[in-house]
Amino acid sequence: MFKLEPRSAPSKVLTLASPLIALAITVLVGVILFISLGKDPLAGLQVFFIEPLKSAYALSELSLKATPLILIALGLSVCFRANLWNIGAEGQFILGAVCAGGVAMQATPQTGAWILPAVLAAGALGGMAWAAIVALLRDRFNASEILVSLMLVYVAEMVLSYLVYGPWKDPAGYNFPQTITFLEATRVPKLVPGLRMNIGVLLAAVAVAGFALFLYRTYAGFQLQVGGLAPAAARYAGFSSRRALWTALMLSGGMAGLAGALDVAGPQGQLTPYVPLGYGFGAIIVAFVGRLNPLGIVFSAVLMSMFYIGGELAQSRLGLPKALTGVFQGLLLFALLACDTFIHQRLRWVGPK
Amino acid sequence: MITADSLALLIAATLNAGTVVALASLGLLINERAGVLNLGAEGMMLVAAIAGYAVAVNTGSDVAGFVGGAAAGGLMAAAFGVLVIWLNTNQYATGLALSLFGAGLSAFVGIAYTQQQLPARPHFAVPGLADIPFIGPALFKQHPMVYIAIALAVGLSWWLMRSRAGLVLRAVGESPESAHALGYAVRPIRLAAVVAGGALCGVAGAYISLVYTPLWVEGMVAGKGWIALALTTFATWRPARVLLGAYLFGGVTMLQFQLQGQGVQIPSQWLTMLPYLATIVVLVLISRNPTWIRINMPASLGKPFHPGA
Repeated sequence: MFKLEPRSAPSKVLTLASPLIALAITVLVGVILFISLGKDPLAGLQVFFIEPLKSAYALSELSLKATPLILIALGLSVCFRANLWNIGAEGQFILGAVCAGGVAMQATPQTGAWILPAVLAAGALGGMAWAAIVALLRDRFNASEILVSLMLVYVAEMVLSYLVYGPWKDPAGYNFPQTITFLEATRVPKLVPGLRMNIGVLLAAVAVAGFALFLYRTYAGFQLQVGGLAPAAARYAGFSSRRALWTALMLSGGMAGLAGALDVAGPQGQLTPYVPLGYGFGAIIVAFVGRLNPLGIVFSAVLMSMFYIGGELAQSRLGLPKALTGVFQGLLLFALLACDTFIHQRLRWVGPK
Repeated sequence: MITADSLALLIAATLNAGTVVALASLGLLINERAGVLNLGAEGMMLVAAIAGYAVAVNTGSDVAGFVGGAAAGGLMAAAFGVLVIWLNTNQYATGLALSLFGAGLSAFVGIAYTQQQLPARPHFAVPGLADIPFIGPALFKQHPMVYIAIALAVGLSWWLMRSRAGLVLRAVGESPESAHALGYAVRPIRLAAVVAGGALCGVAGAYISLVYTPLWVEGMVAGKGWIALALTTFATWRPARVLLGAYLFGGVTMLQFQLQGQGVQIPSQWLTMLPYLATIVVLVLISRNPTWIRINMPASLGKPFHPGA
């Protein structure tokens, strides 16, 4: 009989290898799935792992998915490290998009370049405001942040829906539920002519560096992590758990809101009921697969973006539903959690019982 | 103006909507009483909704559909259970993974069923009682699952508090160390509770796609799994209170349709928000008193158990 027993020290090899093993398991299941659906598994692997990286155009599209995932996952990593389960980043993303859209709609052809920073700031503030509800209810009334943040996702969807079907509907939009297309001045500038990739990528790079500094080089970041790992020790040291709560939720709300702003003022260009694309939920997986580490998050966000684009290609080229993306993303997280067990524990043969 | 007829219909609709949440929440109550918190309710319900729908479409039998839903929910719960109970993975993260995976899997499988039709929906009526004016249409023209949910709540109440097996289950959730010392197999008992919880979430999911809104739409559970999770806390882990809370929730959900029917000039989106906002408000009211929660909560909820060597 096999027995799980604690290792004396966490396995360094497995800490790095576990995401790769998880990926291998996901790919293996994917291959089995493709074969059972009667599709060529090589063609399947190609649309997921080669096509998204093949050309400048493909990489530019990849960056548009990876940017929001990186931004949101960075914020979530701080929450999860502080043992706060903000799973409503999708709602904070939507509110960010709504607030950014609200500012962008005010622009006229005469508006100066100041409008873009205002749009992005509005997005970040919108996301923070939505997360502040979670922080306030948790802080003041001890209400579970898991449930409150999740319920607020549905509320945010309805706020967006109300606005685009109601007061913000484009009068010249043939009664479609959508706002006006935002003016050029409010749009996120593109990096390379002819490609959709925009300066959001640079913001994401700055954010990665910023979060790495915050987590590993600041006292506030240290306090926050101690609070997550050992609440009793943090209390004894006099670290404020309330401050950690507010810091983590404001950071993650702000990042999700910023991601929402970049998406509506970037590739989307207007508010529609289809603004939420699931990045808020996908980023939870990105954060875990990236080990809650800023650099790891970059890699896992790129991987998850490949899943998104691969799913779209699988639909157009192989006639498979796009929802395949969600299946693979969920599987990846499952496999990772299982593999991570073996970082701190090992299997030992103890003979038949 | 609310007429007697429309009031009867409102009551009937409330029972119908409440049953979804009641079934799921009673299931979650079982696994939480055993000390395991499964945040994957939403995912299990989604997969069960499409599984139940697919089985019912292919066999033409609703009973088979419910069995299929329960099996799907139980199977997903079993995967979750093995991970958290034997491999000691984080219960929050694993439950979340189950929810995300379930959303993806149900959407993937469901594509083939968006155009498929269920066999004609049967109508039910309790013989004799259904003909009583007002009371009949309000209470006695429901799907059998509505009465099963009530019976389940009563039975579960008795089983948890009055039977030896229920006592063992609670012991495993309150103090797994003591239960282990007494010779009870803590981990298999926890797994059984998790699978039972998943199967009931599965029945709830199948109820959504077979009875509540008899069709398949991606993401159709729409947060009811999360509301069911919240409800176990509101109800301080007691079956009778779960039932009551579920009907209150059903009432709030149905109120929006009632208000719209009355021609109240409120955009539908604000009304659709009501159940979610109500959940937050109740959560705040209940959580305000941490001692009350702590006294009632299974003491080892969410904590892994490692049997000593």
